[in-house]
Amino acid sequence: MSDDTDDTIAEIETLPLDAWHRRKGARMVPFAGYHMPIQYEGIVTEHGWTRTQAGLFDVSHMGQLMVTGETAAAELEKLLPGAIASLKPGKVRYSLLLDDQGGILDDLMVTNATPWIEGDEEAGTEGKWGEPAYYLVVNGAMKWDDIAHLREHLDDDVTLTHMDEHALIALQGPNAATALNRVMRNVIDDMVFMESVCHDFGEWPLRITRSGYTGEDGFEISVPAEFAESFADRLCAEIEVRPIGLGARDSLRLEAGLPLYGHDITTETDPVSADLGFALTKRRREEGGWMGHEPVMKAFTEGPAQKRVGLAIDGRMPAREGALIYSGDTQVGRITSGGFSPTLERPIAMGYVDTALAAEGTELEVEVRKKRLPATVASLPFVPHRYHRGK
Amino acid sequence: MARYFTDEHEWIDVDGDTATVGITDYAQGQLGDIVFVELPDVGSVIEKGKDAAVVESVKAASDVYAPISGEIMETNDALEDDPALVNTAPEEGGWFFKMTIGDKSQFDGLMDQAAYKSFCDGL
Repeated sequence: MSDDTDDTIAEIETLPLDAWHRRKGARMVPFAGYHMPIQYEGIVTEHGWTRTQAGLFDVSHMGQLMVTGETAAAELEKLLPGAIASLKPGKVRYSLLLDDQGGILDDLMVTNATPWIEGDEEAGTEGKWGEPAYYLVVNGAMKWDDIAHLREHLDDDVTLTHMDEHALIALQGPNAATALNRVMRNVIDDMVFMESVCHDFGEWPLRITRSGYTGEDGFEISVPAEFAESFADRLCAEIEVRPIGLGARDSLRLEAGLPLYGHDITTETDPVSADLGFALTKRRREEGGWMGHEPVMKAFTEGPAQKRVGLAIDGRMPAREGALIYSGDTQVGRITSGGFSPTLERPIAMGYVDTALAAEGTELEVEVRKKRLPATVASLPFVPHRYHRGK
Repeated sequence: MARYFTDEHEWIDVDGDTATVGITDYAQGQLGDIVFVELPDVGSVIEKGKDAAVVESVKAASDVYAPISGEIMETNDALEDDPALVNTAPEEGGWFFKMTIGDKSQFDGLMDQAAYKSFCDGL
Protein backbone atom coordinates (compact mmCIF):
# COMPACT_ATOMS: atom_id res chain seq x y z
CA MET A 1 0.00 0.00 0.00
CA SER A 2 1.31 3.44 -0.79
CA ASP A 3 1.36 6.12 1.84
CA ASP A 4 2.09 9.81 1.87
CA THR A 5 4.80 11.22 4.03
CA ASP A 6 5.16 14.93 4.36
CA ASP A 7 8.72 16.03 4.98
CA THR A 8 7.99 19.76 5.03
CA ILE A 9 6.47 19.55 8.49
CA ALA A 10 8.79 22.19 9.93
CA GLU A 11 7.19 24.90 7.81
CA ILE A 12 3.67 24.05 8.89
CA GLU A 13 1.93 26.35 11.32
CA THR A 14 -0.47 25.69 14.15
CA LEU A 15 -4.00 27.06 14.28
CA PRO A 16 -5.87 28.09 17.46
CA LEU A 17 -7.89 24.84 17.69
CA ASP A 18 -4.95 22.49 16.97
CA ALA A 19 -4.70 21.03 20.49
CA TRP A 20 -8.50 20.89 20.74
CA HIS A 21 -8.72 18.71 17.60
CA ARG A 22 -6.02 16.37 18.88
CA ARG A 23 -7.80 15.98 22.21
CA LYS A 24 -10.96 15.09 20.29
CA GLY A 25 -9.07 12.32 18.45
CA ALA A 26 -8.73 13.98 15.05
CA ARG A 27 -6.26 12.72 12.49
CA MET A 28 -4.26 15.80 11.54
CA VAL A 29 -2.79 16.39 8.09
CA PRO A 30 -0.86 19.27 6.51
CA PHE A 31 -3.20 21.44 4.42
CA ALA A 32 -2.78 25.02 3.14
CA GLY A 33 0.28 25.48 5.37
CA TYR A 34 -1.37 24.30 8.59
CA HIS A 35 -2.11 21.12 10.46
CA MET A 36 -5.80 20.47 9.87
CA PRO A 37 -8.17 17.73 11.06
CA ILE A 38 -8.95 15.42 8.15
CA GLN A 39 -11.30 13.18 10.10
CA TYR A 40 -12.43 12.09 13.55
CA GLU A 41 -14.69 9.01 13.34
CA GLY A 42 -14.55 8.49 9.58
CA ILE A 43 -15.62 10.51 6.58
CA VAL A 44 -18.87 8.63 5.84
CA THR A 45 -20.11 8.88 9.45
CA GLU A 46 -19.16 12.56 9.71
CA HIS A 47 -20.72 13.31 6.33
CA GLY A 48 -23.98 11.66 7.39
CA TRP A 49 -23.96 13.46 10.73
CA THR A 50 -23.68 16.84 8.97
CA ARG A 51 -26.52 15.98 6.58
CA THR A 52 -28.82 14.98 9.47
CA GLN A 53 -27.61 16.91 12.56
CA ALA A 54 -24.96 19.65 12.82
CA GLY A 55 -21.24 19.44 12.09
CA LEU A 56 -18.63 21.77 13.55
CA PHE A 57 -15.84 22.51 11.07
CA ASP A 58 -12.68 24.41 11.88
CA VAL A 59 -11.98 26.57 8.83
CA SER A 60 -9.51 28.87 10.58
CA HIS A 61 -6.99 28.33 7.77
CA MET A 62 -9.17 30.57 5.60
CA GLY A 63 -8.22 34.22 5.36
CA GLN A 64 -10.39 36.75 7.14
CA LEU A 65 -9.81 40.27 5.89
CA MET A 66 -11.40 43.63 6.63
CA VAL A 67 -11.36 46.43 4.08
CA THR A 68 -12.37 49.79 5.54
CA GLY A 69 -12.62 53.36 4.31
CA GLU A 70 -15.13 55.78 2.75
CA THR A 71 -14.25 54.50 -0.77
CA ALA A 72 -13.99 50.81 0.18
CA ALA A 73 -16.93 49.67 -1.99
CA ALA A 74 -15.72 51.52 -5.07
CA GLU A 75 -12.18 50.26 -4.56
CA LEU A 76 -13.36 46.64 -4.21
CA GLU A 77 -15.46 47.01 -7.34
CA LYS A 78 -12.22 47.62 -9.27
CA LEU A 79 -11.15 44.05 -8.43
CA LEU A 80 -14.40 42.11 -7.94
CA PRO A 81 -17.01 41.71 -10.70
CA GLY A 82 -19.88 41.58 -8.18
CA ALA A 83 -22.08 44.45 -7.01
CA ILE A 84 -20.44 45.59 -3.80
CA ALA A 85 -21.76 49.17 -3.75
CA SER A 86 -25.38 47.95 -3.61
CA LEU A 87 -24.69 45.40 -0.90
CA LYS A 88 -26.59 46.53 2.20
CA PRO A 89 -25.04 46.39 5.67
CA GLY A 90 -25.34 42.86 7.05
CA LYS A 91 -25.70 41.27 3.62
CA VAL A 92 -23.25 38.75 2.14
CA ARG A 93 -22.36 38.05 -1.48
CA TYR A 94 -20.26 35.41 -3.23
CA SER A 95 -17.67 36.99 -5.51
CA LEU A 96 -14.42 36.39 -7.35
CA LEU A 97 -10.99 37.93 -7.64
CA LEU A 98 -10.01 37.96 -11.31
CA ASP A 99 -6.76 38.60 -13.13
CA ASP A 100 -6.59 40.84 -16.20
CA GLN A 101 -7.25 37.82 -18.46
CA GLY A 102 -10.49 37.03 -16.60
CA GLY A 103 -8.87 34.01 -14.91
CA ILE A 104 -10.02 33.33 -11.36
CA LEU A 105 -7.43 34.23 -8.70
CA ASP A 106 -9.74 33.18 -5.87
CA ASP A 107 -13.38 32.98 -4.87
CA LEU A 108 -14.54 34.67 -1.72
CA MET A 109 -17.43 35.86 0.42
CA VAL A 110 -17.93 39.59 0.87
CA THR A 111 -20.00 40.96 3.76
CA ASN A 112 -20.95 44.58 4.18
CA ALA A 113 -19.72 44.86 7.77
CA THR A 114 -20.32 48.60 8.15
CA PRO A 115 -21.09 49.14 11.86
CA TRP A 116 -24.21 50.88 13.16
CA ILE A 117 -23.32 53.41 15.84
CA GLU A 118 -26.08 53.80 18.39
CA GLY A 119 -27.25 57.31 19.19
CA ASP A 120 -27.29 58.75 22.68
CA GLU A 121 -30.77 59.87 23.70
CA GLU A 122 -29.56 61.98 26.60
CA ALA A 123 -27.01 63.75 24.45
CA GLY A 124 -29.62 64.12 21.72
CA THR A 125 -27.55 62.34 19.04
CA GLU A 126 -29.10 59.97 16.51
CA GLY A 127 -27.73 56.63 15.46
CA LYS A 128 -25.75 56.47 12.23
CA TRP A 129 -23.67 54.17 10.04
CA GLY A 130 -19.96 54.17 10.81
CA GLU A 131 -17.08 54.00 8.36
CA PRO A 132 -17.81 51.57 5.50
CA ALA A 133 -16.26 48.18 6.18
CA TYR A 134 -16.21 44.97 4.13
CA TYR A 135 -15.40 41.61 5.65
CA LEU A 136 -13.84 39.17 3.18
CA VAL A 137 -13.35 35.43 3.65
CA VAL A 138 -10.86 33.98 1.17
CA ASN A 139 -9.35 30.54 0.61
CA GLY A 140 -6.57 29.49 2.98
CA ALA A 141 -4.12 28.44 0.29
CA MET A 142 -4.64 31.72 -1.58
CA LYS A 143 -4.82 34.25 1.24
CA TRP A 144 -1.24 35.53 1.04
CA ASP A 145 -1.53 36.04 -2.72
CA ASP A 146 -4.93 37.69 -2.24
CA ILE A 147 -3.57 40.07 0.39
CA ALA A 148 -0.66 41.04 -1.91
CA HIS A 149 -3.07 41.53 -4.84
CA LEU A 150 -5.43 43.68 -2.77
CA ARG A 151 -2.62 45.77 -1.29
CA GLU A 152 -1.21 46.33 -4.75
CA HIS A 153 -4.47 47.49 -6.33
CA LEU A 154 -6.51 49.09 -3.54
CA ASP A 155 -6.09 52.82 -3.10
CA ASP A 156 -4.12 53.98 -0.05
CA ASP A 157 -7.28 55.61 1.31
CA VAL A 158 -8.68 52.22 2.27
CA THR A 159 -7.21 50.01 4.96
CA LEU A 160 -6.77 46.27 4.62
CA THR A 161 -6.55 44.34 7.88
CA HIS A 162 -5.70 40.63 8.05
CA MET A 163 -7.74 39.33 11.00
CA ASP A 164 -5.21 36.62 11.77
CA GLU A 165 -6.08 36.73 15.48
CA HIS A 166 -9.45 35.17 14.66
CA ALA A 167 -10.50 31.57 14.27
CA LEU A 168 -13.36 30.67 11.92
CA ILE A 169 -15.81 27.96 12.90
CA ALA A 170 -18.51 26.66 10.55
CA LEU A 171 -21.59 24.99 12.00
CA GLN A 172 -23.43 23.18 9.22
CA GLY A 173 -26.47 20.96 9.01
CA PRO A 174 -30.26 20.93 9.45
CA ASN A 175 -29.94 21.28 13.25
CA ALA A 176 -27.24 23.95 13.19
CA ALA A 177 -29.77 26.76 13.80
CA THR A 178 -31.41 24.88 16.69
CA ALA A 179 -28.06 24.35 18.41
CA LEU A 180 -26.74 27.84 17.77
CA ASN A 181 -30.00 29.46 18.87
CA ARG A 182 -29.74 27.62 22.18
CA VAL A 183 -26.13 28.75 22.67
CA MET A 184 -26.73 32.33 21.49
CA ARG A 185 -30.11 32.81 23.22
CA ASN A 186 -32.09 33.04 19.98
CA VAL A 187 -30.22 36.01 18.48
CA ILE A 188 -29.90 34.25 15.14
CA ASP A 189 -33.63 33.51 14.85
CA ASP A 190 -34.38 36.09 12.18
CA MET A 191 -31.29 35.58 10.01
CA VAL A 192 -31.64 34.17 6.53
CA PHE A 193 -29.06 32.72 4.13
CA MET A 194 -26.34 35.24 3.24
CA GLU A 195 -26.90 37.54 6.19
CA SER A 196 -24.31 38.45 8.79
CA VAL A 197 -24.54 39.94 12.28
CA CYS A 198 -22.21 40.77 15.15
CA HIS A 199 -23.08 39.60 18.65
CA ASP A 200 -21.20 39.43 21.88
CA PHE A 201 -20.95 36.07 23.59
CA GLY A 202 -20.04 36.97 27.13
CA GLU A 203 -17.22 39.45 26.71
CA TRP A 204 -16.28 38.17 23.26
CA PRO A 205 -17.50 39.69 20.00
CA LEU A 206 -18.57 37.17 17.36
CA ARG A 207 -19.40 37.70 13.71
CA ILE A 208 -22.07 35.19 12.69
CA THR A 209 -22.83 34.68 9.00
CA ARG A 210 -25.58 32.37 7.75
CA SER A 211 -23.60 30.64 5.02
CA GLY A 212 -21.28 27.71 4.49
CA TYR A 213 -19.97 25.31 1.91
CA THR A 214 -21.84 22.08 2.50
CA GLY A 215 -25.20 22.87 0.85
CA GLU A 216 -26.88 22.68 4.26
CA ASP A 217 -28.29 25.50 6.34
CA GLY A 218 -25.55 26.73 8.59
CA PHE A 219 -23.32 29.43 9.96
CA GLU A 220 -19.74 30.62 9.81
CA ILE A 221 -18.64 32.23 13.03
CA SER A 222 -15.56 34.39 13.40
CA VAL A 223 -14.18 34.05 16.91
CA PRO A 224 -11.21 35.75 18.62
CA ALA A 225 -8.47 33.08 18.68
CA GLU A 226 -8.08 33.01 22.47
CA PHE A 227 -11.79 32.22 22.82
CA ALA A 228 -11.97 29.61 20.03
CA GLU A 229 -11.51 26.55 22.26
CA SER A 230 -14.12 27.51 24.80
CA PHE A 231 -16.58 28.46 22.06
CA ALA A 232 -16.00 25.16 20.20
CA ASP A 233 -16.52 23.31 23.51
CA ARG A 234 -19.72 25.27 24.14
CA LEU A 235 -21.09 24.32 20.70
CA CYS A 236 -20.04 20.68 21.04
CA ALA A 237 -21.87 20.50 24.38
CA GLU A 238 -25.09 20.64 22.33
CA ILE A 239 -26.44 17.19 21.52
CA GLU A 240 -26.77 17.99 17.78
CA VAL A 241 -23.13 19.06 17.34
CA ARG A 242 -20.05 16.96 16.60
CA PRO A 243 -16.67 18.03 15.22
CA ILE A 244 -16.23 17.11 11.53
CA GLY A 245 -13.02 16.91 9.50
CA LEU A 246 -12.00 18.36 6.17
CA GLY A 247 -12.55 15.00 4.45
CA ALA A 248 -16.31 15.22 4.93
CA ARG A 249 -16.27 18.93 4.13
CA ASP A 250 -14.93 18.00 0.69
CA SER A 251 -17.47 15.24 0.03
CA LEU A 252 -20.30 17.52 1.22
CA ARG A 253 -19.28 20.43 -1.01
CA LEU A 254 -18.90 18.07 -4.00
CA GLU A 255 -22.45 16.76 -3.47
CA ALA A 256 -23.55 20.41 -3.19
CA GLY A 257 -21.97 21.09 -6.61
CA LEU A 258 -19.82 23.89 -5.20
CA PRO A 259 -16.51 24.58 -6.93
CA LEU A 260 -13.25 24.16 -5.00
CA TYR A 261 -10.55 26.72 -5.69
CA GLY A 262 -7.35 25.27 -7.15
CA HIS A 263 -9.34 22.36 -8.58
CA ASP A 264 -12.67 23.33 -10.21
CA ILE A 265 -11.69 26.95 -10.61
CA THR A 266 -8.19 28.32 -11.24
CA THR A 267 -6.54 31.13 -13.20
CA GLU A 268 -7.12 28.87 -16.25
CA THR A 269 -10.90 29.10 -15.82
CA ASP A 270 -13.11 32.17 -16.18
CA PRO A 271 -16.41 32.86 -14.38
CA VAL A 272 -18.54 32.07 -17.44
CA SER A 273 -17.06 28.65 -18.21
CA ALA A 274 -17.08 27.92 -14.46
CA ASP A 275 -20.86 28.53 -14.49
CA LEU A 276 -20.45 31.33 -11.95
CA GLY A 277 -22.16 33.94 -14.12
CA PHE A 278 -24.49 34.70 -11.19
CA ALA A 279 -21.54 36.43 -9.53
CA LEU A 280 -21.60 39.05 -12.32
CA THR A 281 -24.56 41.38 -11.84
CA LYS A 282 -26.17 43.11 -14.82
CA ARG A 283 -24.96 46.58 -13.80
CA ARG A 284 -21.38 45.44 -13.34
CA ARG A 285 -21.39 43.53 -16.63
CA GLU A 286 -22.61 46.61 -18.48
CA GLU A 287 -20.53 49.22 -16.66
CA GLY A 288 -17.31 47.25 -16.49
CA GLY A 289 -14.47 48.95 -14.65
CA TRP A 290 -13.21 45.72 -13.06
CA MET A 291 -10.13 43.68 -13.72
CA GLY A 292 -10.75 41.06 -16.40
CA HIS A 293 -13.96 42.70 -17.67
CA GLU A 294 -13.13 42.54 -21.36
CA PRO A 295 -12.15 38.86 -21.65
CA VAL A 296 -14.97 37.79 -19.34
CA MET A 297 -17.54 39.72 -21.41
CA LYS A 298 -16.17 38.10 -24.55
CA ALA A 299 -16.82 34.67 -23.03
CA PHE A 300 -20.21 35.91 -21.84
CA THR A 301 -21.26 37.20 -25.27
CA GLU A 302 -19.75 34.50 -27.46
CA GLY A 303 -20.33 31.66 -25.03
CA PRO A 304 -17.47 29.73 -23.44
CA ALA A 305 -15.63 26.94 -25.25
CA GLN A 306 -16.04 24.66 -22.23
CA LYS A 307 -18.39 24.57 -19.26
CA ARG A 308 -18.26 23.17 -15.77
CA VAL A 309 -20.76 20.34 -15.40
CA GLY A 310 -21.72 17.60 -12.97
CA LEU A 311 -21.16 13.97 -13.95
CA ALA A 312 -22.97 10.94 -12.59
CA ILE A 313 -20.71 7.92 -13.11
CA ASP A 314 -21.97 4.37 -13.56
CA GLY A 315 -20.80 1.64 -11.21
CA ARG A 316 -18.91 2.15 -7.96
CA MET A 317 -15.42 3.09 -9.16
CA PRO A 318 -14.81 6.79 -8.45
CA ALA A 319 -13.31 9.02 -11.15
CA ARG A 320 -11.09 11.64 -9.59
CA GLU A 321 -9.42 14.90 -10.51
CA GLY A 322 -7.42 14.62 -13.72
CA ALA A 323 -9.48 11.81 -15.28
CA LEU A 324 -10.13 12.52 -18.96
CA ILE A 325 -13.66 12.77 -20.36
CA TYR A 326 -14.49 11.28 -23.76
CA SER A 327 -17.28 11.42 -26.29
CA GLY A 328 -16.63 8.40 -28.47
CA ASP A 329 -12.91 8.52 -29.28
CA THR A 330 -12.59 12.26 -28.81
CA GLN A 331 -11.34 13.73 -25.58
CA VAL A 332 -13.83 16.46 -24.69
CA GLY A 333 -12.86 17.42 -21.17
CA ARG A 334 -11.30 16.64 -17.82
CA ILE A 335 -12.56 15.97 -14.31
CA THR A 336 -11.60 18.68 -11.81
CA SER A 337 -12.97 17.05 -8.66
CA GLY A 338 -14.54 13.68 -8.13
CA GLY A 339 -15.16 11.09 -5.50
CA PHE A 340 -17.71 8.87 -3.92
CA SER A 341 -20.96 10.42 -2.72
CA PRO A 342 -21.79 9.05 0.74
CA THR A 343 -25.38 10.36 0.44
CA LEU A 344 -26.09 8.90 -3.01
CA GLU A 345 -23.73 5.90 -2.54
CA ARG A 346 -22.27 6.23 -6.01
CA PRO A 347 -19.42 8.12 -7.70
CA ILE A 348 -19.97 11.75 -8.68
CA ALA A 349 -17.67 14.31 -10.24
CA MET A 350 -17.40 17.80 -11.64
CA GLY A 351 -15.38 18.73 -14.67
CA TYR A 352 -15.18 20.80 -17.82
CA VAL A 353 -16.54 19.59 -21.15
CA ASP A 354 -16.98 21.20 -24.56
CA THR A 355 -20.05 23.45 -24.38
CA ALA A 356 -21.90 21.47 -27.07
CA LEU A 357 -21.80 18.45 -24.73
CA ALA A 358 -22.71 20.28 -21.52
CA ALA A 359 -26.48 19.67 -21.65
CA GLU A 360 -27.96 17.58 -18.84
CA GLY A 361 -28.39 13.96 -19.91
CA THR A 362 -25.50 13.95 -22.40
CA GLU A 363 -23.85 10.56 -22.33
CA LEU A 364 -20.06 10.59 -22.11
CA GLU A 365 -17.29 8.36 -20.80
CA VAL A 366 -14.51 8.94 -18.30
CA GLU A 367 -11.22 7.09 -18.30
CA VAL A 368 -9.94 5.67 -15.02
CA ARG A 369 -6.81 3.50 -15.05
CA LYS A 370 -7.31 2.80 -18.78
CA LYS A 371 -10.92 1.72 -18.28
CA ARG A 372 -13.80 3.65 -19.79
CA LEU A 373 -16.71 4.27 -17.43
CA PRO A 374 -20.09 5.51 -18.71
CA ALA A 375 -20.94 8.96 -17.32
CA THR A 376 -23.96 11.22 -17.76
CA VAL A 377 -24.02 15.00 -17.49
CA ALA A 378 -26.08 15.69 -14.35
CA SER A 379 -27.66 18.83 -12.99
CA LEU A 380 -25.92 20.44 -10.02
CA PRO A 381 -26.22 20.19 -7.10
CA PHE A 382 -26.21 16.40 -6.77
CA VAL A 383 -27.86 16.75 -3.35
CA PRO A 384 -30.38 19.63 -3.06
CA HIS A 385 -29.31 22.73 -1.14
CA ARG A 386 -31.21 23.40 2.06
CA TYR A 387 -30.27 27.00 2.71
CA HIS A 388 -32.59 28.94 5.02
CA ARG A 389 -34.08 31.59 2.77
CA GLY A 390 -36.84 32.67 5.18
CA LYS A 391 -40.50 31.82 5.50
CA MET B 1 -0.25 -21.80 7.71
CA ALA B 2 2.17 -18.91 8.06
CA ARG B 3 1.32 -15.23 7.83
CA TYR B 4 3.77 -12.59 6.64
CA PHE B 5 3.58 -8.82 6.35
CA THR B 6 5.16 -6.23 4.07
CA ASP B 7 6.28 -2.74 4.99
CA GLU B 8 3.63 -1.51 2.52
CA HIS B 9 0.97 -2.97 4.86
CA GLU B 10 -0.10 -6.04 2.91
CA TRP B 11 -0.54 -9.38 4.67
CA ILE B 12 0.06 -12.73 2.98
CA ASP B 13 -1.10 -16.14 4.22
CA VAL B 14 0.87 -19.09 2.90
CA ASP B 15 -0.88 -22.45 2.64
CA GLY B 16 1.08 -25.01 0.63
CA ASP B 17 1.57 -23.58 -2.86
CA THR B 18 -1.15 -20.93 -2.48
CA ALA B 19 -0.97 -17.45 -0.96
CA THR B 20 -3.89 -15.24 0.10
CA VAL B 21 -3.28 -11.49 0.11
CA GLY B 22 -5.02 -8.55 1.76
CA ILE B 23 -4.25 -5.28 3.50
CA THR B 24 -3.72 -4.96 7.22
CA ASP B 25 -5.97 -3.50 9.88
CA TYR B 26 -3.46 -0.67 10.23
CA ALA B 27 -3.76 0.05 6.49
CA GLN B 28 -7.55 0.12 6.45
CA GLY B 29 -7.50 2.45 9.45
CA GLN B 30 -5.23 4.83 7.56
CA LEU B 31 -7.35 4.70 4.40
CA GLY B 32 -10.71 5.23 6.08
CA ASP B 33 -14.04 4.28 4.52
CA ILE B 34 -13.38 2.01 1.54
CA VAL B 35 -15.93 2.34 -1.24
CA PHE B 36 -14.40 0.33 -4.07
CA VAL B 37 -11.66 -2.25 -4.63
CA GLU B 38 -10.25 -2.90 -8.08
CA LEU B 39 -8.92 -6.44 -8.21
CA PRO B 40 -6.55 -8.03 -10.73
CA ASP B 41 -7.87 -10.38 -13.44
CA VAL B 42 -7.80 -14.08 -12.64
CA GLY B 43 -5.02 -15.66 -14.68
CA SER B 44 -2.87 -12.55 -14.78
CA VAL B 45 0.73 -12.83 -13.67
CA ILE B 46 1.97 -10.19 -11.28
CA GLU B 47 5.43 -9.36 -10.12
CA LYS B 48 6.59 -8.77 -6.57
CA GLY B 49 6.42 -5.07 -5.70
CA LYS B 50 4.23 -4.12 -8.67
CA ASP B 51 0.65 -2.78 -8.57
CA ALA B 52 -1.80 -5.61 -7.97
CA ALA B 53 -4.99 -3.85 -6.84
CA VAL B 54 -6.39 -0.40 -6.11
CA VAL B 55 -8.31 0.54 -2.97
CA GLU B 56 -10.59 3.55 -3.26
CA SER B 57 -11.62 5.33 -0.09
CA VAL B 58 -14.06 8.24 -0.10
CA LYS B 59 -11.03 10.51 -0.26
CA ALA B 60 -8.45 8.88 -2.54
CA ALA B 61 -7.22 5.88 -4.52
CA SER B 62 -4.27 3.87 -3.16
CA ASP B 63 -2.25 1.16 -4.86
CA VAL B 64 -1.81 -2.26 -3.32
CA TYR B 65 1.42 -4.01 -4.31
CA ALA B 66 2.03 -7.70 -4.85
CA PRO B 67 4.03 -9.05 -1.88
CA ILE B 68 5.40 -11.90 -4.05
CA SER B 69 5.38 -12.86 -7.73
CA GLY B 70 2.85 -15.34 -9.05
CA GLU B 71 -0.35 -15.96 -10.97
CA ILE B 72 -3.74 -14.75 -9.74
CA MET B 73 -5.93 -17.79 -9.07
CA GLU B 74 -9.00 -16.25 -7.47
CA THR B 75 -10.27 -12.84 -6.38
CA ASN B 76 -12.68 -12.03 -3.56
CA ASP B 77 -16.08 -11.48 -5.23
CA ALA B 78 -17.59 -10.39 -1.90
CA LEU B 79 -15.68 -7.09 -2.19
CA GLU B 80 -17.67 -6.18 -5.27
CA ASP B 81 -20.93 -5.93 -3.33
CA ASP B 82 -19.42 -4.91 -0.03
CA PRO B 83 -16.06 -3.12 -0.30
CA ALA B 84 -16.47 -2.06 3.34
CA LEU B 85 -15.49 -5.64 4.28
CA VAL B 86 -11.93 -4.33 4.00
CA ASN B 87 -12.75 -1.98 6.89
CA THR B 88 -14.72 -4.45 8.99
CA ALA B 89 -12.68 -7.63 8.41
CA PRO B 90 -9.40 -6.58 6.77
CA GLU B 91 -7.42 -9.65 7.76
CA GLU B 92 -10.18 -12.23 7.23
CA GLY B 93 -13.27 -11.82 4.99
CA GLY B 94 -11.81 -8.71 3.34
CA TRP B 95 -8.99 -10.59 1.58
CA PHE B 96 -8.19 -9.43 -1.98
CA PHE B 97 -6.83 -12.34 -4.02
CA LYS B 98 -5.26 -15.79 -3.98
CA MET B 99 -2.12 -16.44 -6.00
CA THR B 100 0.38 -19.16 -6.81
CA ILE B 101 3.72 -19.16 -5.07
CA GLY B 102 6.75 -19.52 -7.30
CA ASP B 103 9.96 -19.07 -5.43
CA LYS B 104 9.60 -19.47 -1.66
CA SER B 105 12.76 -17.46 -1.07
CA GLN B 106 10.58 -14.43 -1.81
CA PHE B 107 9.34 -14.64 1.79
CA ASP B 108 12.81 -13.66 2.98
CA GLY B 109 12.61 -10.06 4.04
CA LEU B 110 8.89 -10.14 4.87
CA MET B 111 7.90 -9.62 8.49
CA ASP B 112 6.14 -11.94 10.90
CA GLN B 113 3.29 -10.71 13.16
CA ALA B 114 5.57 -9.53 15.97
CA ALA B 115 7.98 -7.74 13.63
CA TYR B 116 5.09 -6.05 11.81
CA LYS B 117 3.55 -4.90 15.07
CA SER B 118 6.75 -3.24 16.19
CA PHE B 119 7.13 -1.76 12.66
CA CYS B 120 3.68 -0.14 12.98
CA ASP B 121 4.36 1.02 16.53
CA GLY B 122 7.38 2.88 15.17
CA LEU B 123 5.36 4.76 12.51
